[in-house]
Amino acid sequence: MGVSVQIRGLKGSVSPLFTHLFSVQIFRDCSGNTHAEKTYSFIDLGTLTIWCHCLILQTPIPRVVGEIGRRIQTTGEKTYFRMTTNISKDLLMLMLERMWRIRHFELKLTEMYNAGEVGGVHLYIGQEAVAVGACAALKDSDYIAGNHRSHGHPIAKGANLKKAMAEIFGRIDGYCKGKGGSMHLADFSVGILGESGIVASSVPVATGAALASKLEGKDFVSAVFFGDGASNQGACHESMNLASVWDLPVLFICENNQYAVTTSYKDTVAVEHISDRAQAYNMPGILVDGQDAIAMYEATAQAVERARNGEGPTLIEALTYRFEDHSLGLEKIRKSEYREESEIDEWRLRDPLDLLTKSIVDSGTATPAECDAVSANAHAEVEEAAEFARNSPFPDESELYKDMFASDMPVV
Amino acid sequence: MKTMAFNEAIRTALHEEMQRDESVFVIGEDVATHGGPYKVTDGIAEAFPGRIFETPIAEAGIVGIGVGAAMAGMRPVVELMYLDFVTCAMDEVVNQAAKMRYMTGGQARVPMVIRLPCGIGRLLAAQHSQILESWFMHVPGLQVVVPSTPADAKGLFKTAVRSPDPVMFFEYKRIYTSKGEVPEGDYTIPIGQADVKREGEDATVVAIGPMVQKSLEAAVLLEDDGYDIEVVDPRSLSPLDVDTICESVRKTGRAIVCGEDSTFAGAASEIAAMIGENCFGDLKAPVRRIGSPHVPMPFSSELVKHVVPEKSHVIEAVNQSMAA
Ligand SMILES: Cc1ncc(C[n+]2csc(CCOP(=O)(O)OP(=O)(O)O)c2C)c(N)n1
Ligand SMILES: [Mg+2]
Repeated sequence: MGVSVQIRGLKGSVSPLFTHLFSVQIFRDCSGNTHAEKTYSFIDLGTLTIWCHCLILQTPIPRVVGEIGRRIQTTGEKTYFRMTTNISKDLLMLMLERMWRIRHFELKLTEMYNAGEVGGVHLYIGQEAVAVGACAALKDSDYIAGNHRSHGHPIAKGANLKKAMAEIFGRIDGYCKGKGGSMHLADFSVGILGESGIVASSVPVATGAALASKLEGKDFVSAVFFGDGASNQGACHESMNLASVWDLPVLFICENNQYAVTTSYKDTVAVEHISDRAQAYNMPGILVDGQDAIAMYEATAQAVERARNGEGPTLIEALTYRFEDHSLGLEKIRKSEYREESEIDEWRLRDPLDLLTKSIVDSGTATPAECDAVSANAHAEVEEAAEFARNSPFPDESELYKDMFASDMPVV
Repeated sequence: MKTMAFNEAIRTALHEEMQRDESVFVIGEDVATHGGPYKVTDGIAEAFPGRIFETPIAEAGIVGIGVGAAMAGMRPVVELMYLDFVTCAMDEVVNQAAKMRYMTGGQARVPMVIRLPCGIGRLLAAQHSQILESWFMHVPGLQVVVPSTPADAKGLFKTAVRSPDPVMFFEYKRIYTSKGEVPEGDYTIPIGQADVKREGEDATVVAIGPMVQKSLEAAVLLEDDGYDIEVVDPRSLSPLDVDTICESVRKTGRAIVCGEDSTFAGAASEIAAMIGENCFGDLKAPVRRIGSPHVPMPFSSELVKHVVPEKSHVIEAVNQSMAA
């Protein structure tokens, strides 16, 4: 795209690598667009590699400090960065489509919750870019695993909306025949290991799938989405250490939406950024702008490449925000406000759908009308899914005793 | 007496105990800002600053920290947001809290309450609806307390906080908002003492947790059939008040034991076995158990209906027992 990057102040030799400071300056391309920054991904410096990232903020352009296994620090106002490569129109439009599917899905659920049609669920609104950007860098044969807030993850991986909706309605046509519900939207046909409502429990499970990939001599990778809250669980730390020791092809994608129910990560995480912890596990730790689907895609693509090459795991921290409350209905019982209105408003300004649409339109990849059509289509699909779910029958009582074991066993 | 909800009764007890004893403190997830998902710790942060710890999500750490603090002189009240998450802290409960006193020849003490919101509430499926009382009954060194009314909740909670040994305090989510008369002030109930909730001559229904209320309602309906039902609430499953239960069964000659947890290897099964062993000569019918089938809790409301026992099950079991 005709974009250039300069690296200044890169100095010193290999050993004091971790103290190197260098800044990455991004220039506008010939047509004056800043959307198309181009930056280095790996800079060989002696035997070590510096993984260097750039930013997304249009202005001012922050200076970035980066090292393997360390977070990317900026001296600018915010910590955003992004590496940009050429992404095909097809992929960009696919990302937009999936993000709209998630958004409309969640909006529909809100509407149906208010109408008493479905129960309280954990909404993914505001975080769509994380799942979609990451999954866009994965193949169908790669695995993902999610958590309690996992409507977005399966949809991002290409799951069927009708079955997802039917599951939330507790109907027989749901992925799990109505036995799992909102926290277990697992579509195994598109590489999903399942979602779990026990915080952090999917982290070791995804790590195990990565071990299987290695043992079977396959090249699939496994990615796990978990929250800032989950990052404090022992299971999470145990998994990261092992994954690094064994060089497993797993991506630890921490969605730092900054709160675990009402608790701020600032009160529970001892380091400034969750990605800082990667250093202790000797793996790259990357802080990504989780509102930016393209940044997520690129950071994930790099991590996938490393994983497939046998170079082990990566911790990606996607800094993001949930626009809604922890779960639908929580506001009714919540005691006090735990987030400032101004903070919510500020983050809403960085709506991931707006940002991706702007990138697409500004780069001339597609017209606003084309983008609107994507949203309208997704909306129609979601409406259809809701209708499908409503009309699907409830599971029969006999279902209660099925799926306990591989074969039917007497139930006491 | 004051009318209050079940959650309010525990909150009141907690408040009073924190006032009475400076070594009592609260630790758990979202307990301060949020007041806990069921509002049990609401207002504690304001009333007792510095004595409520909002933790990271780290159940093993939370319970383990409780054990250590208790051994060193404090009286922690540990909240697990849902009972299901105790599975993340089983070492701390089973190998540490429960065994510490015995393993050290009586030197250590672990005065700690672990609060366990359990059972079905909103439809949250298999990982957020478990009960598992019998897991903890099976572990020597743990007291297992299951209140069924706001008054019992208050009295038992206060005793639990004062107990020199660990207490697993079961709070059924579905009865948090149920109301009842609660004695004011320093009201305590000994752990290990069952309560006869209704006297009757024809059959004994031993009921755990929310099944107590359902059994009482069933007993009223059974009056129409001419049956006079006694309802016994064990209130504590370990230690278990064998005497009170057996005395009732010897009187009526019939026993139906009911809980919401799965019958198979559940609390009701232990009680039924104990009745069989002690009251065989007095029984006019086989002991019956009521509980849920041995399946994980499904999500779909239509399936849930077939899992959780209701008062109709109690009525049916009593009728069968009377016909035997
Ligand atoms: C082991 C365990 N502990 C506690 C909970 C209750 N819980 C559900 S979601 C949640 C917060 C999770 O926060 P985070 O990991 O940041 O994910 P987010 O909800 O922000 O997406 C908590 C405490 C749980 N489900 N599992
Ligand atoms: Mg979070």
